[in-house]
Amino acid sequence: MTEITCVSCPVGCLMAVTQQNSQISVTGNECPAGLEYAKEELTAPTRNIATSIKVTGGHMTMLSVKTATPIPKSKIMAAVAEIHKITAAAPVAIGDIILENVTGTGVNIVATREVKAVGFAHTHPLF
Amino acid sequence: MNLCIIGGGPAGLSAAIRAREDGLEDVLVIERADSLGGILNQCIHHGFGVHVFKEELTGPEYSQRLIDRALKLGVKFALGAMVIDIEEDRTVTYVSPRGLTSLKPGAVVLAMGCRERSRGAIGIPGGRGSGVYSAGTAQEMVNMKGFKLGQKVVILGSGDIGLIMARRMALEGADVLGVYEIAPHSGGLKRNIAQCLNDYGIPLFLSHTVTRTKGLKTLEGVYVAKVDENYQPIPDTEHFIPCDTLLLSVGLIPENELATKINVEMSPITGGAIVNNRLETSIPGVFAAGNALHVHDLVDHVTLESYDAAANAVKFIRGQLPPATHSTIVTPGHGVRYTVPMALIPGEPMYTISFRSSGIYSPCEIKISADGETIRSIKKRAIIPSEMERVRFVLKNPAKEVKVEIL
Repeated sequence: MTEITCVSCPVGCLMAVTQQNSQISVTGNECPAGLEYAKEELTAPTRNIATSIKVTGGHMTMLSVKTATPIPKSKIMAAVAEIHKITAAAPVAIGDIILENVTGTGVNIVATREVKAVGFAHTHPLF
Repeated sequence: MNLCIIGGGPAGLSAAIRAREDGLEDVLVIERADSLGGILNQCIHHGFGVHVFKEELTGPEYSQRLIDRALKLGVKFALGAMVIDIEEDRTVTYVSPRGLTSLKPGAVVLAMGCRERSRGAIGIPGGRGSGVYSAGTAQEMVNMKGFKLGQKVVILGSGDIGLIMARRMALEGADVLGVYEIAPHSGGLKRNIAQCLNDYGIPLFLSHTVTRTKGLKTLEGVYVAKVDENYQPIPDTEHFIPCDTLLLSVGLIPENELATKINVEMSPITGGAIVNNRLETSIPGVFAAGNALHVHDLVDHVTLESYDAAANAVKFIRGQLPPATHSTIVTPGHGVRYTVPMALIPGEPMYTISFRSSGIYSPCEIKISADGETIRSIKKRAIIPSEMERVRFVLKNPAKEVKVEIL
């Protein structure tokens, strides 16, 4: 038996999930979304992750990035380690692919903010 | 100058967008930072925009959508500009790289947001060694500046920023030893406890607090203890946890020095202005929205509230807001800690009230009554203090008092 908090909505049902062979039974969920979430959590849990990497030649020094779609939960730490090895170069636009197929998941890492390219003399926004 | 909005975060940007959409010519946003977007820029995680944009965005993506829209609509901006004075006749004075500017807008929207409660405010004794940060400061240092903080982290307070930072520090490779919460329930969203703590095996200690810190130059560790029902530490439960970083997520305070300067009536509970359903403060033509009004848990609600404040500010400028001859008082009843607004001016087809509960109620019913007569009741599976509720209702007959209760 596993206890899982459903994250499908703010109610956050605490569900008791039991698995026998391929049969998954759930109690404590107040709606069908809980059952779906519990099944996914037990068979193939996925998560979105977000972090920041270095960016050179831009008006900022750090670039925020995210997984374009959720990746398997078991790959989170490996994915972050791979992402943190990268340094991006300005200019960067929102949605630019920073890394393809992170840790073989088939999921791309994309930028979540714009970083404009600037020369040394223009690094301060007020110049 | 028609409308002056103080603050260029999500509240100020949303207000500016609505004012321009309603056709107001001259809309100025004054922002003290050199860039727009406010706190969203450092909130790089997912979970924003589900209501407003119907998709899940990160903070920077949400703010960029507002910025793009505001620029397209021709909103004017003063960046690196700090409002240093405001008068009751709405004269606003600010300093910026262009010098000192004074203007008298037709209306003002206060959208200054909030700031974090600090270590000094909660009085944790001990050395003042480096390694103690408020959670939001740590978030900026890690996400925006790329600093590495410590390797062994203790977090005090289970508000959403504390929970988000627990996960963030774990992703940065730090060992997050635990989140300590003085209350018997978490101050954050349940989904954040699941996704930020449970996923990374980070324990949550309820009814616990940090009693003192050790370390004069750098933090060497913290003492934690269980607390009794009056939140007083139980002496023989105190024990030492070696760590190099302590993050404080112990509450947010609406930033209202400007509002108090012009004697806007303030609520001691929300820390924000007392407003009517137009989101107008006690000073005519001065409106408030977002975290400066009351601390929100969802930025989507900040945007919706700011749209309302701006729409009313535009009407005020155009002389389309009839002066309130009388108003209905909104009273927080059983289980309700506060409501926003605190008064209703008759004549609106529909009213929206935001409120927070004072405890956990499950299952329960929200009851809205006017002078003792029930006008709306809503069944809820659960209401918790960390999740703000919004109810809408029609007030058919004039009433002296509207009461919001949780039964």
